[in-house]
Amino acid sequence: MSNKPTPRVRVPANAKKDEIVEIKTLISHEMESGQRRAADGKTIPRKIINTFTAAFNGKVFFEATWHPAVSANPYQSMFFRASESGEFAFSWKDDDGSVYESKAKLTVA
Amino acid sequence: MAQRAAQTRRETLIAGMASFAAAAIAPSLALADAAAVEAEIKKLYGDKKVEAGKIKLDVPQIAENGLVVPINIEVESPMTAADHVKSVHVFADGNPLPGIVSYTFTPESGRAAASARMRLAQTQNIICVAEMADGKIFTAKSEVKVTIGGCGG
Repeated sequence: MSNKPTPRVRVPANAKKDEIVEIKTLISHEMESGQRRAADGKTIPRKIINTFTAAFNGKVFFEATWHPAVSANPYQSMFFRASESGEFAFSWKDDDGSVYESKAKLTVA
Repeated sequence: MAQRAAQTRRETLIAGMASFAAAAIAPSLALADAAAVEAEIKKLYGDKKVEAGKIKLDVPQIAENGLVVPINIEVESPMTAADHVKSVHVFADGNPLPGIVSYTFTPESGRAAASARMRLAQTQNIICVAEMADGKIFTAKSEVKVTIGGCGG
């Protein structure tokens, strides 16, 4: 894919204290497994997003290591216990060293 | 003489076909198996006891498209500082590589649950292993029947 991967994140904007919120993320990425072969018989080199991290106010609360068995345009959902207002930072690390990022604010009432 | 030559030709042909088939299949379909998954789990936890239970592994019984198979995992835990799920690893015993995903949870996660989508090359077992904060290890297994494999090209 020549387009830059675009992350999409769905997080509630507001939460009550100690409420557990669900976070859904999606990023456009072909997740080339390194198993496929091109028409000329050569293996297409692996290029996947290998790590996803979710942090809140700088502290990582969830991390996922993805293997080539993760589908293209990987979806990932997880939960978070809201304790204070702040900002989420999500990051996706590509095999080629690129890092794709997305941020979202959460207000705790 | 002629017969012997023919036999040799046939043998050569068969041998050739066999090696061609082996060459064609070996790199792309060198699939992991149950032993490979066990080896991966052993690598993680050594000879520690692995118990069944605690994990709710939600995968379809039949997946029509192996390229996108939903997987939802939830581990029973209060998710407090003293008692929470540290990590969850998911393996498949019929894919080219045994690993699918590994998750690291913290007490801030609130719930040790996550969903994703995976590729499955064929009908196979999904094996999930969870490590608790107290060092206990739980496992769950579920078979997914795959109609169209999600590998190759």
